[in-house]
Amino acid sequence: MSSLLSFTILGLFTGAAYAIAASGLVLTYTTTRVFNIAHGAFGMVMAFTFWDFSQRQGMPVWLALFLVLGVVAPGTGWFIQRFVTRGLGEGPVSVALVVTVGLFVGCIGMAQQIWPPAARTVPPFFPASGLEVAGTYVTAHQIVTIVLSAVVALLLYLLLNRTRIGTAMRASVDNPELLRLFGGKPEQVASLSWAVGTSLAALAGILLVPIIGLDYYALTLLVINAYAAAMLGGLKSLPLTFAGAMGLGIMQSFAVAYLPSQGALANIRAVVPALFLFSVIVLMPQAQLRIGQVKGIVSAPLPSTSKALGWGAALLVVAALLGSSMSEANLLLVGTAATYAMVMLSLVLLTGYGGHVSLAQLTFAGVGALAYAKLDQPNLYGLLLSALIAGAVGALVALPVLRLTGLYLALSTLAFGVLMDKMIFQADYAFGYNGTLKAQRLSLLGTSIDSTGAYVVVMVAFFVLMGLALLLLRRGALGRLLIAMRDSPQACGTLGLDLRWFRVGLFGASAAMAGLAGGLFAGLRGTVGGADFQFFNSLPLLLLAVVFGVTSVTGAALGGVGLMLLPVLQSSNPSAAGAIFAVIGFGAVALGRDPNGLSNLVFSLGRRLDRRFGTDLRRRLPLVAARRAPGDDGSVEVPLHRLKAGDAPAPPEPGPATAKEVPAHVAP
Amino acid sequence: MSLLEVDGVVVQFGGVIAVNGAGFTAEAGRVTGLIGPNGAGKTTCFNVISGLQKPTRGTIRFDGRTVTGAPVHRRSKRGMGRTFQRLEAFGSLSVRDNVRVAFDIDRGITGLLRPAAANVDALLERVGISAYAPDRADAIPTGTARLLELARCLAADPKLLLLDEPSSGLDESETDAFGDLLRGLAAEGRGILMVEHDMDLVMTVCDEIHVLDFGEVIASGAPADIRANPRVQEAYLGYSDPADETRHDLPPVDLTAEFPAVQEPGR
Repeated sequence: MSSLLSFTILGLFTGAAYAIAASGLVLTYTTTRVFNIAHGAFGMVMAFTFWDFSQRQGMPVWLALFLVLGVVAPGTGWFIQRFVTRGLGEGPVSVALVVTVGLFVGCIGMAQQIWPPAARTVPPFFPASGLEVAGTYVTAHQIVTIVLSAVVALLLYLLLNRTRIGTAMRASVDNPELLRLFGGKPEQVASLSWAVGTSLAALAGILLVPIIGLDYYALTLLVINAYAAAMLGGLKSLPLTFAGAMGLGIMQSFAVAYLPSQGALANIRAVVPALFLFSVIVLMPQAQLRIGQVKGIVSAPLPSTSKALGWGAALLVVAALLGSSMSEANLLLVGTAATYAMVMLSLVLLTGYGGHVSLAQLTFAGVGALAYAKLDQPNLYGLLLSALIAGAVGALVALPVLRLTGLYLALSTLAFGVLMDKMIFQADYAFGYNGTLKAQRLSLLGTSIDSTGAYVVVMVAFFVLMGLALLLLRRGALGRLLIAMRDSPQACGTLGLDLRWFRVGLFGASAAMAGLAGGLFAGLRGTVGGADFQFFNSLPLLLLAVVFGVTSVTGAALGGVGLMLLPVLQSSNPSAAGAIFAVIGFGAVALGRDPNGLSNLVFSLGRRLDRRFGTDLRRRLPLVAARRAPGDDGSVEVPLHRLKAGDAPAPPEPGPATAKEVPAHVAP
Repeated sequence: MSLLEVDGVVVQFGGVIAVNGAGFTAEAGRVTGLIGPNGAGKTTCFNVISGLQKPTRGTIRFDGRTVTGAPVHRRSKRGMGRTFQRLEAFGSLSVRDNVRVAFDIDRGITGLLRPAAANVDALLERVGISAYAPDRADAIPTGTARLLELARCLAADPKLLLLDEPSSGLDESETDAFGDLLRGLAAEGRGILMVEHDMDLVMTVCDEIHVLDFGEVIASGAPADIRANPRVQEAYLGYSDPADETRHDLPPVDLTAEFPAVQEPGR
């Protein structure tokens, strides 16, 4: 009996901390429509700051607490809203997601840079005191946390319902434009809510630190618990959010107490929050479609077929040269780059063309690798079957959230990534606990490709083939349809397209591409394990894909190389390991609004070179001049302009109307 | 039997009743106007008819079948096409590709493999925007984009067209041509239901008009009857003054911004 009580109290304590974090998330989301994936990362950084103030610099606890909660956290929140996330709420969900994932990764990198890994402890509040309740000892820290969550609930209620700015906040939820018309200041409201939200994240982090320790990842991932609780409240209702957080805390505590610590069910204990999040998302009511949103993004120019073929051949030649000259270790790196590039190619399809975000793309590669190793059919058939299996899993992840849109789909991939990481990949029927599986190298047409050099060339060939297939698709009717669906799902629906199945198909196809990459990777390495496909690595992958350009095959190729170089860079400069992460994270924040990324620079450089030397070259080489790009390939070249924060879509200018006389409407 | 029958539709957003038991019909081969002051529930009605919004109560019958619970795309397959008050053109695609997509969707996924027989340019010519064919759809004037949405609908050869303020953004001569286009489309046997603020256009083009106010149909009839109806005058002008003949042709003054919160619960 007393153990039940003590586990309930433990659950209430963690639940209270989740509730504080979740209410901050709800506050920022409802007022600005930006779902802050980095909410937990903010809490983590603030917990470290608190440690720095109270332990390293030796400030009194009350002063450190005041400085973190009253100055640093709100200041950070205000700054982020003002200069980073402002105006993101009106744009496509994918942009907001990528930017906040950038903040997430950037925060982790920054924390590692400022506070390099070391043993640090934060003592609980009033460490020596506590109470006996019905035979169970309750620490003062637990009581403080539970009381604080009640205080936060009360203060939020008073803020939202009894103050002018709170009324403005609630008005801003419905319609910031209207609020502006009536003399309110939605910008001020947004900044304030981010300041308060970040403080709440900080408070939750500080309260949980004595229990889970100062860990970059554990604290950051706590946000999943907050997401789950916030989802139960529909990202809107604070009372339901509190109820969800408390329920989740107790469930987690009971799972630890009463689920077997051995056997098949043991791993469930670690994924209770992810399971909870997944089920809440699945049970969410149908999302209303938004009408009249910003649409039309500037896509990367489509290369002509001959150009694409030429570059593909060039890439293969480079791979062949590398394959015959490089050392084994370096070839493994090139193969890894090709793997990442293929996974990023799957993101070009999903995110670049389709406008959906997956936060666990590497997990799908892991499914492919697992299938490839388990099937033990090291030939084309086995590889394609592994891709198919990964595709089916991808479709399965999308299926339950068929009725929902962008954000929920992305969050369910996050829950899926954590589930696979902690439960499925670790299970005995998969890689085993921290285990690996052996995989054989592919044999093509009966010839086994044993040398690493040749295998890398085959991998690059697969990349080139997938890239060409993607360009072919983009050029055709399906590609047009994908773009149309990204621009306006509503219009596609009213034109007769069944969006749901189309979306499931898109997700499945993208997962299959990642799965194929995973299968090839398994063959390259010879042994693969769950650690190769950790959910956390999917985030830098997404970010680098965006930084290098998620709308083009070129971007995927560059991004693959970049992601491969990342650990190399980090191990050669261990002191800057965190900084590199931070640069990528914050780089994605800067570039997240422009889906064409850095490959734009490559394209514009190419155009400039063509202008400068192209005509000259063509005169000397009649062969090059002979193959000109076909005229009407369905692509429209438009000078690139970045969507700035808060920018409305460019108002239709009357320009073209004056340029070409508008013809009278011809009646039949 | 009418092509479209809207019966007792109620839409409630929290405490706000946007549509309150509205019922009206639209016939094949005729242009039907749906008018009313801002916030009267016109666009919400359109959303209910086309399936973007679930009604709290009420039924929609289309072409002899109840479609109240049918998803958006199925209604479209049965012959319903609509345009949007807030533009929903595919901004990243050219005007021509916008219409191509509509043809592609109409043919279905299996049809994508067959070569297109569709004459995209003829359709652009018909609505009068061929000059814009290669332009990106987010760079064309509003009025043109509305015509583009109409062209897109026509790709599926719909039986019923739901047009949400199709003429806003068009100048006077363009509006006249647009009126002719509408008459031509109706003459082909299509039903047209149109939300419109341009009273001149409504009065000259429509065969029948339904007037919505506070989510209820307050009058239905031929243009001449509607013009003379005191309740309609009151709804539009806030007072009824039969002596003030000149005022009634004016479009309502847009004093209050429309409440998108009411129009779009998803935001």
